[in-house]
Amino acid sequence: MMNDTRAFWQQTFAIIWKDLRCELRARQVWVSMAMFAVLVLVVFNFAFDLRVDNVAAVGPGALWIAFVFASMLGLGRTMAAEQEHGSLDRLLLCPVDRKALYLAKLLGNLIFIGVVEVIAVPVFAAIYSLPILTGMIVPIVLLGTLGVAAVGTLFSAVAANTRAREVLLPLLVFPLIVPVVIGAVKASQALVSPVPNDPPWIGLLIAFDVIFLSISAITFPYVIEE
Amino acid sequence: MQVAKESPGTPTSPPLDQSLPRWLRPAWRTVAAVWRPARPYAFAAWRPVQRYGEYVLAAATVVTVLAAVWMAFKYAPTDALQGDVQRIEYFHVALAWIAFLAFFVVFLASVAYLWRRDERWDWIARAAAEVGTVFTTLVLITGSLWGHIIWGTWWAWDARLTTTLILWFIYVGYLLLRSYTGRSESGARAAAVLGIIGFVDVPIDYLSVTWWRTLHPSYQVPLGQTAQAPASVVSTLLVAVLAFTLLFTFLMLLVYRMQRAQSVAQRLRARVELE
Repeated sequence: MMNDTRAFWQQTFAIIWKDLRCELRARQVWVSMAMFAVLVLVVFNFAFDLRVDNVAAVGPGALWIAFVFASMLGLGRTMAAEQEHGSLDRLLLCPVDRKALYLAKLLGNLIFIGVVEVIAVPVFAAIYSLPILTGMIVPIVLLGTLGVAAVGTLFSAVAANTRAREVLLPLLVFPLIVPVVIGAVKASQALVSPVPNDPPWIGLLIAFDVIFLSISAITFPYVIEE
Repeated sequence: MQVAKESPGTPTSPPLDQSLPRWLRPAWRTVAAVWRPARPYAFAAWRPVQRYGEYVLAAATVVTVLAAVWMAFKYAPTDALQGDVQRIEYFHVALAWIAFLAFFVVFLASVAYLWRRDERWDWIARAAAEVGTVFTTLVLITGSLWGHIIWGTWWAWDARLTTTLILWFIYVGYLLLRSYTGRSESGARAAAVLGIIGFVDVPIDYLSVTWWRTLHPSYQVPLGQTAQAPASVVSTLLVAVLAFTLLFTFLMLLVYRMQRAQSVAQRLRARVELE
């Protein structure tokens, strides 16, 4: 039993390390994801003609749109790259627990998106001049990203099997993550301008994350089984 | 030696069959089949249902839909506040009920497919998703028409409307996924996963959208289905729900059959190409 658990985590970290090394050598995804996120923040500034009076209302939404769009780029790549190099089949041939594979891909995606967020949040705070850099932003960003990545990792495996993977992934994921986007935007907004009697948005994010992590982990083996 | 006329395997029709008048025989055969099935493990009652059930269902659908239309426009009283416009409620509410039922069917069939791996569950899921998407589209359209007159706007971001719209997006995504993956087993599995997750998402969605809108003024809609609603309104609504349930079942049956035919056709084509 003890050995099983150890083997599970060893497999998980081996896959994460493989993905990280690939990315560190090629630097395909990280740079473009971060650039894209910052670019979205800048474009939103023009699109809404942001001023002091409306920036608090629009800013958190723009931040999360930037995160979600950038996540789609990264999520699409992780499984598609495996599929293109034919390495997914080899990975499935290895005696790796399918749940370890899901967890590894999820944690890998979290690291990818997390790096982008570490860059994008300070940029956001600077160019929108909002007091968002408090301690509370960390759990909000983490929980929101986890929700997006939990669903996104599952459907990146679904979309990688199809002809139109770049188009299909956001079409499948965006409707499902609406609760996460609402919760995360509202929680971030409460940081900027506190609202009395706000519903427990963090609780909603936690509930969503728990439910979707479990369902995704259970159903992931069905998606990649050959 | 006398040669037996019938091979031992074929079930003999009961003697009573011959003595009955011709028009009573199908009914008797049905009773006899249920009473004494030829193959005990195959529920023999299915055979007449398979053969005639479709026509009975079609006839019942036509009758109840006509009855619902008549009741909605003639029998039900005109609403005191909304006038004749309120009559759209009978179709709108009935359609909404069937749309949610359809996605529950997709969910159940998806779970059953992943569990049993019987492609018939996959056909059921797909049929329910196709018909359910059409019904959801009609719910959104009828609701929009109704809202345009009563609320003065085509669309309001209230919890029910928003959730229905997101539901619609999820199941259009489901149908897109099915069309992209084609008729493959991996495509069926992926769609089943989406069918499960999409259904689980709906309550969380509803909760979040309700919270999202708590601080905003909500529209006060006199829906006419309060406790004081007259019996004629309630009975019209019930007949409409029944009519659309039958229509949904009938359409699902047709789509299911089309799915089966397409699967069989694809399998035959693959075999011909191999040979």
